[in-house]
Amino acid sequence: MLGYTIRRLLALVPVFFVVSGVVFLVVHLVPGDPVDHLIRTGSSPDQRAEIIARYGLDRSLIEQYISWLGRVISGDLGTAIVMRRPVATLIWDNLGYSLALGGWALAFSALAGVAAGAIAASFRERWIDHGLMGVSLLGSTVPTFWLGLLMIMLFAVQLGWVPVSGARHWTSLILPVLTVGLGGMALVARVTRIAMIETAREDFVMLLHAKGVPRWTIQIRHVLRHALIPVVTILSLRIGLIIGGSVTVEYVFARPGLGSLLIRALSQRDYPLVQGCLLFLAMAVMLGTLLGDLLQAAMDPRQRDEATR
Amino acid sequence: MLLSVEDLKIGFGLLEPLVGVDLGVDAGEILGLVGESGSGKSMTAMSIMGMLPLMGGRIKQGRIVFDGLDLTTINEGSYRKLRGGRIALITQNPMTSLDPVVRVGRQIDQASQLHLGLDRKEAKSRTIDLMDRMRIPSPQHAYDLFPHQLSGGLRQRIVIAMALAGDPDLLIADEPTTALDVTVQAQIIQLLVELVRDRGLGLILITHDMGVIAQTCDRVAVMYCGRVVEYGPVARLFDDPRHPYTRALISCIPQLGMAPGTLTGIPGMVPSSQNLPKGCRFHPRCDSVLDNCRLREPPMKTEDGRSVACFLHEGGQR
Ligand SMILES: Nc1ncnc2c1ncn2[C@@H]1O[C@H](COP(=O)(O)OP(=O)(O)OP(=O)(O)O)[C@@H](O)[C@H]1O
Ligand SMILES: [Mg+2]
Repeated sequence: MLGYTIRRLLALVPVFFVVSGVVFLVVHLVPGDPVDHLIRTGSSPDQRAEIIARYGLDRSLIEQYISWLGRVISGDLGTAIVMRRPVATLIWDNLGYSLALGGWALAFSALAGVAAGAIAASFRERWIDHGLMGVSLLGSTVPTFWLGLLMIMLFAVQLGWVPVSGARHWTSLILPVLTVGLGGMALVARVTRIAMIETAREDFVMLLHAKGVPRWTIQIRHVLRHALIPVVTILSLRIGLIIGGSVTVEYVFARPGLGSLLIRALSQRDYPLVQGCLLFLAMAVMLGTLLGDLLQAAMDPRQRDEATR
Repeated sequence: MLLSVEDLKIGFGLLEPLVGVDLGVDAGEILGLVGESGSGKSMTAMSIMGMLPLMGGRIKQGRIVFDGLDLTTINEGSYRKLRGGRIALITQNPMTSLDPVVRVGRQIDQASQLHLGLDRKEAKSRTIDLMDRMRIPSPQHAYDLFPHQLSGGLRQRIVIAMALAGDPDLLIADEPTTALDVTVQAQIIQLLVELVRDRGLGLILITHDMGVIAQTCDRVAVMYCGRVVEYGPVARLFDDPRHPYTRALISCIPQLGMAPGTLTGIPGMVPSSQNLPKGCRFHPRCDSVLDNCRLREPPMKTEDGRSVACFLHEGGQR
């Protein structure tokens, strides 16, 4: 397992270089002089010269990339042009909000989704199955902003149980988490259900019945355990999406977060900030996938051996 | 009789995969169950295991009497205690019949913990003992392996050990060697025969292989399209097969010294269960059809220890 972890980590190194290369090139790929993307309009020639020297814009692309990467690795992501603060600080300030929303939404999708899927699979083709699957289909097709607004109307405005928006109190997290999490929950529920139904058809499950193992032990300890393997993959692929892709929800609920930060940076053409956000989100996706693979290997000895061979 | 099945009929919706199954097996005895694919051998096994409801089927008629108890009348809770405890099943494909993410030793433990009430340590030592008796090399080490790390033959030995862990009286082996190499097949069959002879287990051995039946079984039930068409002691059935289907099956056994090209198959195909012929189900493929065969199903007739369902053997019509 340790060897597997190390190998998987090493495999990420080339990916990191490619991703960071693309992020670095953003400034050079958009039309216009890169200096103009890195400096406020109306700066003096002196300031331009300083930026050119700082970013080494007069040197070759490779040299520029290496020195940029060196700064990135030491934690210096540059300074945001519009907000005039270090990019690293801006990301750090927003990260907490994104992680809270993403983490809870992921946990909610996982727990509620697995529970719903397992119940549906165990009572297959009965009303409870149809009910749960109907709701989850709804949950995955309703647009996020509409769902968010609907929930604000009901729980915040009508019932007054939670704040309408903001991020000051933990209760303000409930509606955003539900809004982001419901889509994930629906997906997880469907994957869990299908995986359990497929697993239940396998020979070894028949043989567990033949061994006299109680039905619920088979469902939970064997069938569900197998179904969790694809669920882990799905969830790990969603980590990046949830952390960076919750822009709509952040807007609807007026919450800060990485998604909104990136959108703002893009609309203000704040390229250092765009680069920082993109790089950070790419890392989150990579780490999410890594985590998913490691969990899978921990759960499935066949995969461990496959990778070792 | 340890187990006797009497006039069993099962239904899956409108389909009736079994319509007349009569057979029996005693302790220390091997009953062979033969027949072409789709004849209902596995369904018979599932019926005895009480696992039809899991597959969406049910028993419509008949009795399954095990050790004096009619299994068609007991509830699922009591059935579950029998399964793996007193009646155990071995299935065809050792590649798929073990849980791929659980160590093989633990899978054997599970049965003795459930049925003999052993704790984990006792179960482990029983498992290692069983694995040793199944001639699995270095059982201490093999205990902690996962199924994919073992060969097919070893996996089937694990499945057999798992079946024995609950200390059953009756073992049902549904084509236990079909998925294995020929040399391994012989070893596994040998192992099963020893178990029956040494421990007095009853064994129902399901197979396509008439050769295996002739060599190992005490009694045979020949199945065709959901019915047992002939049933009796193995020597007499092979010496003097009464049902034309049994005769045909026996003539399909390759013999040493046969001239090339003389091995016969049975002409025609097994009819599908949706589309059964009227009268005797075998008559379209039979080489000695009577008028009666096209009209009515022949009833099972029992005469000095052997039974056959064929008009050729009814009241001197021969
Ligand atoms: N789940 C099911 N539902 C309904 N009918 C089934 C089901 N499984 C099998 N059958 C039918 O039951 C009949 C008997 O099948 P069974 O599997 O017992 O045959 P078998 O003798 O074991 O054949 P094989 O040698 O191929 O294993 C077949 O006609 C098959 O179509
Ligand atoms: Mg079968």
